[in-house]
Amino acid sequence: MKKIYSVLVENRSGVLSKVAGLFSRRCFNIDSLAVGETDDPAVSCMTIVSTGDKRTVEQIEKQLNKKLDVIKVKTFDEPHSISRELMLVKVKYNKSNRRDIMETCDILNAQIVDMSKTMMTIQICDEPDRINLLIQMLQTISIVEVARTGTLALPKCMESEN
Amino acid sequence: MMIGADAMVKCLEEEHVSMVFGYPGVAICPFYNSILESDIRTILVRTEQNAAHAASGVARTTGGVGVCAVTSGPGATNLITGIATAFADSIPLVCITGQVNSELLGSDVFQEADITGAVESFVKYSYLVRDVNDIPRIFKEAFHIASTGRKGPVLIDVPINVQNARIDKWSYPESVSLRTYKPTVKGNMVQIKKVVRELAKAKRPLICAGGGVHLSEAQESLRSFVETYRIPVVSTMMGIGVMPTEHPLYYGMVGNNGKPFANRAINESDLLIMVGARVADRAVNQPDLITKDKILVHIDVDPAEIGKNAGPTIPLVGDAKHIFEDLSAQDITGEYGEWLKLLESYRERMQPRREEYAGHVDPACFIRLLSEEMEEDAVYVADVGQNQIWSCAYHIVKKGQFLTSGGMGTMGYSIPAAVGAKLANPHRQVVAVCGDGSFQMSMMELATMRQHDVAAKIIVLKNNYLGMVRQYQHFTYDDRYSVVDLSGSPDIAKIAAAYDMDCIVLQNMEHAKDAIRTFLNAKEPILMVCEIHPMDLV
Repeated sequence: MKKIYSVLVENRSGVLSKVAGLFSRRCFNIDSLAVGETDDPAVSCMTIVSTGDKRTVEQIEKQLNKKLDVIKVKTFDEPHSISRELMLVKVKYNKSNRRDIMETCDILNAQIVDMSKTMMTIQICDEPDRINLLIQMLQTISIVEVARTGTLALPKCMESEN
Repeated sequence: MMIGADAMVKCLEEEHVSMVFGYPGVAICPFYNSILESDIRTILVRTEQNAAHAASGVARTTGGVGVCAVTSGPGATNLITGIATAFADSIPLVCITGQVNSELLGSDVFQEADITGAVESFVKYSYLVRDVNDIPRIFKEAFHIASTGRKGPVLIDVPINVQNARIDKWSYPESVSLRTYKPTVKGNMVQIKKVVRELAKAKRPLICAGGGVHLSEAQESLRSFVETYRIPVVSTMMGIGVMPTEHPLYYGMVGNNGKPFANRAINESDLLIMVGARVADRAVNQPDLITKDKILVHIDVDPAEIGKNAGPTIPLVGDAKHIFEDLSAQDITGEYGEWLKLLESYRERMQPRREEYAGHVDPACFIRLLSEEMEEDAVYVADVGQNQIWSCAYHIVKKGQFLTSGGMGTMGYSIPAAVGAKLANPHRQVVAVCGDGSFQMSMMELATMRQHDVAAKIIVLKNNYLGMVRQYQHFTYDDRYSVVDLSGSPDIAKIAAAYDMDCIVLQNMEHAKDAIRTFLNAKEPILMVCEIHPMDLV
């Protein structure tokens, strides 16, 4: 099953490698990992997407909690979260496919953020599935390079949460 | 004026550290210079790995934290096996490593090694000190982290320029504040009440005690609990000694190399209480069996151990001592007389049989005889290999301790650990039992023993093979022996003589008792070599 772990950690050097090392040492999968500072500069938030059975999911949470640099672990699944990923994709274009590309971008709510006479860079910020869809659509023309952030996610707002 | 190195020594004094094992090099020299001003004893081991093992011997026999200090680069990397050994058995250590100048970190200068990176998966926590003024806080935290919750080794890497830097103001913190580290020691009362209810319902309850019972010093509370309610106990290898071996309620060690009746007790129990045990493969070969047809209660201070290998019916996070004290305060109704009778009949019927080789020392008889002659509170340190399995099976713990490298199975552990144990307990008898393979992994420490008059006693069960592997190849590869022949080994009596130590060589059981008495009565460090039949099996 797919789970998203939102892990608050001390913003210190070496913490990323400790957390990543924990996943590799214990043979846990990492589908994606994104790290950034929070509103408190002493705290970073790691968003880790991982798949595993029930025991693995429980172990990931416990082992993360055991790390002394980990402040808090929140585990949730996709339906209960808002998740987004940012992708930049550079494609080669020509006169004949330019309109098609623009239309695809329109439909998928992607923007063209840079271009030259032969290439353009498209930006999309959406759910991971929609990002994959854009890649699929662009595969028929030539993709030059792709950069993705990995999933960022937060649990959905609920009235009970304070 | 006070520098970082002085502060490091003062921190150790504040933590009541009485000895430091180590091996100097330039990068740790400021520390070893400052320690000359202190009453803390310094012990030069002969290779760094043994500094950690010796510190482990101190920690396990005193209940305190063992300390070692080595230099950067190879000194630090040599220490890793010792750290990993302590980590696997949750032994509290503070390991100090010197490091190159912090401004040169990352440039691969002479004797630079990224030790905090290298030990990450074997330490409870590690520090690289960048500011000299952090030293008091870091040391305070390190000792706290090592010795609380699930204990374990903590490494502090101190660059030489930090050791030499002037410290603004000395003050040792009185407490630590770590927002991410607050181990649960008190068991949840709701869960404890559930255990009490299950105990009332159970017909065949059993407690399986692991090393965690020693680490939380819960032996007494556990013993008094089981004696009150007449509940039988088995143990893992690390749990040996929680109950005196000959206690009527103790049914021995479980697992592949354990007693058949202990394993049977586990299989037939209807309520199994695992306490301070990891449910690892050597003790519990098939974790699904301990959850089938029975209630499993798993008590551990580390929540991550609960459910890791077996999903318990009742998880109970907390320190074993607190939990048994709380359990003892409860009213438990339950009568297990029939169950004890059944276990007693298993014990009589299922005694393992051994083939004895006449004309050689029989390890079973020898270890039993040795145990009988040993002092009540003696420390017995078993190494790794056939010697370990024989020791587990035949050594009789009275009020003493049984130490061994259980989790990591590190050969060469016994001699340095015995050195640490003896230095920390000069009035206790300390006996290391190793094989001729493990002896040769640590025999350089005879020099440490000679230098510091460490009157530990060393027994070498010599069979000219790496016996445990030979035995494995005997069963698994039909006697195709590969790289297990120890031909070329030195004459151990001559080695002993070279270090100016006595050595008794025992070729058979004929005069074993007298030899053991002479050996145990020796005031000086002494060795004994027992000639075991090369084909002997555990």
